[in-house]
Amino acid sequence: MNKTQNNKAWFLVLPVFLLVAFSAIIPLMTVVNYSVQDIFDQNSAYFVGVEWYREVLQDPRLQDSLMRQFMYSGSVLAIEIPLGIAVALMMPTRGAMASLSLIVLAIPLLIPWNVVGTIWQIFARADIGLLGYVINGMGIDYNYANNPIDAWMTVVLMDVWHWTSLIALLCYSGLRAIPDAYYQAAKIDRASNWAIFKYIQLPKLKGVLIIGILLRFMDSFMIYTEPFVLTGGGPGNSTTFLSQTLTKMAIGQFDIGPAAAFSIIYFLIVLLVSWLFFTTISQLDKDKSKEMSHES
Amino acid sequence: MSRRKNVGIWAYSVFVLLPVYWLINMSFKSNEEILGTFSLWPQHFTWANYQVIFTDPSWYNGYFNSIYYVVLNSIITLIVALPAAYAFSRYKFVGDKHLFFWLLTNRMAPPAVFLLPFFQLYSSVGLFDTHIAVALAHCLFSVPLAVWILEGFMSSVPKEIDETAYIDGYSFPRFFIRIFLPLISSGIGVTVFFSFMFSWVELLLARTLTSVEAKPIAAIMTRTIGASGVDWGVLAAAGVLTIIPGILVIYFVRNHVAKGFALGRV
Repeated sequence: MNKTQNNKAWFLVLPVFLLVAFSAIIPLMTVVNYSVQDIFDQNSAYFVGVEWYREVLQDPRLQDSLMRQFMYSGSVLAIEIPLGIAVALMMPTRGAMASLSLIVLAIPLLIPWNVVGTIWQIFARADIGLLGYVINGMGIDYNYANNPIDAWMTVVLMDVWHWTSLIALLCYSGLRAIPDAYYQAAKIDRASNWAIFKYIQLPKLKGVLIIGILLRFMDSFMIYTEPFVLTGGGPGNSTTFLSQTLTKMAIGQFDIGPAAAFSIIYFLIVLLVSWLFFTTISQLDKDKSKEMSHES
Repeated sequence: MSRRKNVGIWAYSVFVLLPVYWLINMSFKSNEEILGTFSLWPQHFTWANYQVIFTDPSWYNGYFNSIYYVVLNSIITLIVALPAAYAFSRYKFVGDKHLFFWLLTNRMAPPAVFLLPFFQLYSSVGLFDTHIAVALAHCLFSVPLAVWILEGFMSSVPKEIDETAYIDGYSFPRFFIRIFLPLISSGIGVTVFFSFMFSWVELLLARTLTSVEAKPIAAIMTRTIGASGVDWGVLAAAGVLTIIPGILVIYFVRNHVAKGFALGRV
């Protein structure tokens, strides 16, 4: 649609801007303020500059949990994106079964996050949970409360259960937007299923996948509630992700300055990765459409 | 091919539903049965766990609190997102490209340390422990997606409709409410679904901004974990009750959800 240039449209956007700014910019500035000061109490705070930043960058605890965080986000994305696409391809397209599978898929998305933790905490327990009971019944020693590898796998499995549906729903809607004529043309050309997927379906899914990957990256990188309920970060520190380390620092030890400094770094990491991803994809997009217009 | 697809989707549905089934199963058992015997369905079916919740105001008020701020959040989200989405879909203006990405970046703030400033901010404006505070805070998550989804729906309405309405003498507010909103009603449904989704499931902010009056159900649930161990039965029952509102909402918008995503621009 061709849009008209009109800067008065800002008035329509202003409410959103003010509302989000109130809840986002003021707290952000407060955190920046914490991160450059040493605060003893309300009346005595000293400006320490980049001291906290230097300190937290050398803190092995934070480095470890940052590494764990990248591994975690990487593994859940590596599982959820292909699985979500596969589920979307398998979903029935019309009729009562289509509605039913939509509802079933959406269920994990609508459960409060701590309840998700609770569900898996129960489900995976060796004594009262179905999953833990069955695995142990098969003769495999499984206990997510003692064994770091089991704990790690359980947390990843929980995230896959929780969020693959989002990718699947996004892809499902992307697939519905493909006109039938495309499939008919492919049929005439006797295209294989793989060719249909690669040349028709996947390109059409690009838009929804971008937003899906962005949302999943951001949310998995900031995960807090679910592992906190499920494993409490243990055993040891094996499932203590970045948010949890920060919460321990800020609330448990009252190291607000360093915690704030690290929050800013944390925020910048998420921002940088998302921005790089976003611009790379839109740049590729531009190049491609240029190519296309040259060809035609 | 089709048969293999069916097997796949059934298998995935079972994977999704099994943990939920297990929660429901446990909510109908007594604690002795949960810890004593392992069974796939309740041997001694009991409503006792639900009775605990329905007879205690400090329990069931948690549900009302949660529903109250979720509804408020949806209303606020719609009120601010509708005009903004209209602006994005119809006009070019300075900074429009960056604004959407900026809106998204607000979801990227790590919650842990931001909780304290949030608490201070809402306390200082006198909103601590009110439903409106939680609703406003949750707008951070719901508004960016609402703008995105609504803009998609609005862009699919031809611009000629706006112009015809003006020629017919409609003022902007009258046109917007009488003509435009009915045209994008399914988009509004989908937006409400997403506002609901992000507000209902969030716990950290909701718990930080409330103490007694507006305390959400998800925070009240933690009390089942006491000195004498976990009250698994009541915990499971409370969990089951938090799933029901979500299923109701998805039931009403099920036919629009697919359309909602596909129209949104990226």
